[in-house]
Amino acid sequence: MTQSAPTNPNPLMHWRCSICWGIAAAFIVVILSFWTLDLQLYRLFSLESVQRMGRFIGELLSPNTTPDFLMRLGQASLETLAMSFVGTFLATLAGILLAFYSAKRNDGQQSLMTIRLSRLLLNFLRSVPDLMWAALLVIGAGLGPMAGTLALALHTSGVLGRLFTEAAENAPAHESQTLFITGASPSQCFLYSTLPSILPQLVSYSLYRWENNIRAAAVLGVVGAGGLGQMLSFHMSLFQMQETSSVLVAIILLVILVDSASYVFRSALTR
Amino acid sequence: MPVRALHEPHIRDPAWQVRQFWIVALIVILFPALVAVEFRPWTLFEEENIKVTIGFLSDFLPPELNGDFLVLLAYEASVTIAIATVGMFLALLLSIPLALAASNALSISSLTGPMHPFGLVIRHLIRWLLILLRSIPELIWALIFVRVFGLGPAAGVMAIAVTYTGMLGKIYGEILESGDTKASRHLLENGSGRIQAFLYALLPQNAGELASYTVYRWECAIRSSAVLGFVGAGGLGQQMDASMKMFNGGEVATILIVLMILVALADWVSSWLRRVIS
Repeated sequence: MTQSAPTNPNPLMHWRCSICWGIAAAFIVVILSFWTLDLQLYRLFSLESVQRMGRFIGELLSPNTTPDFLMRLGQASLETLAMSFVGTFLATLAGILLAFYSAKRNDGQQSLMTIRLSRLLLNFLRSVPDLMWAALLVIGAGLGPMAGTLALALHTSGVLGRLFTEAAENAPAHESQTLFITGASPSQCFLYSTLPSILPQLVSYSLYRWENNIRAAAVLGVVGAGGLGQMLSFHMSLFQMQETSSVLVAIILLVILVDSASYVFRSALTR
Repeated sequence: MPVRALHEPHIRDPAWQVRQFWIVALIVILFPALVAVEFRPWTLFEEENIKVTIGFLSDFLPPELNGDFLVLLAYEASVTIAIATVGMFLALLLSIPLALAASNALSISSLTGPMHPFGLVIRHLIRWLLILLRSIPELIWALIFVRVFGLGPAAGVMAIAVTYTGMLGKIYGEILESGDTKASRHLLENGSGRIQAFLYALLPQNAGELASYTVYRWECAIRSSAVLGFVGAGGLGQQMDASMKMFNGGEVATILIVLMILVALADWVSSWLRRVIS
């Protein structure tokens, strides 16, 4: 047994150590960011703001539980739940439709133009955040939960469409080609072979987006798109802390409920 | 008879009953939901609403390309990135210790038999705290922090820091537990401390996954910090809110374009970084 002498210097000290450069770059970005924001963190954690925070939390600890208010709260919660559900459902349908056009098939009947256009549409839908869709739709559709639902549907169909496209392209092409050779149209191939084979994946992606959308739906009301968010921003702007606290509790419960429902569905799916 | 039977739907299509069930179930759930959200999409196409929408959208053209405004937007975009980055940094500071404390992989008592009740309680308390932090959407945290710290980027930073502490803490803990914990168990069994076991076994094993998840979350943070401005937490969102309230379509259009470029850029940088890491 010959002992090899430790000839290599510590790789962490080498100039080609890419990890070190990466960490250094990250630190520079963080420092630049602190410098840009001029946060005055010492003021954030000063005695005064800690006191203010304490008072605020104290006010939050006494939620309004009068039956009358709880009724309205329950209604708003159901509205939020319905917004997230309908939004995700519509987005799933639209996502499947868009994925049909944007997924590359090799049947020779697809124009490159269609693929490009539908991918552009997907990217556009996805890159405008749902809150901005809601703010825009409130102008056209008026205040209320429909604007929020459509906003969720638009943004989510961009997200899901992209995921579905990837799933459709990665699906085994064998069966759909068999169908195609025996004379089925591209849409029939998609409906009867590609779609069924990627269905579990689609459902699991949609459930995952539903978890995201319940949070988004709780928030969209801030721009006037209905549900719990609208109640929250209303009571908060009037400094009614008891009501605000009840709404916050309702949001937390709703999010936990949807998360666990989605978890149960997904584990049932993979079983 | 057998010829007719072939035309019965459940013979031609073996999944017919399942399909029927799902269609009925969907209608039963969907209909009340559609009523609850007042789903009347045709109102979008009523004459009056179309006029308002077209009026607003036609303001979009031409986008505002005035030099001063573009400089302002560039500054706001950098603020948006900075809010996301500082928020992520604070979230890292908070979530790493929480994830380490909550992870089962670093439990010394569970090396031999069941976990010590004290450790069990602490771990569950931390997990509940993390669930609470991430159950409230960042925008609502931002509303709360705007009330506490006043308008400005501080509220956005804190909102991202708090929400992402919840998310990162959970995922880091899961990553640490999901991998092979043999090495860290050996270290712990031979008397090394938890920090040593983390630094010399768990961290090197999972560094790639941890880093790539962090980069992905940073990308998400940029997307959400662009939006946080809507409630007054600084950055592009705040600018957009202001332009929207003044019905200045041209400015809104430019902000939307800048936002899309920013998101695409973050998307691209993040996927590049993740490729490099893996």
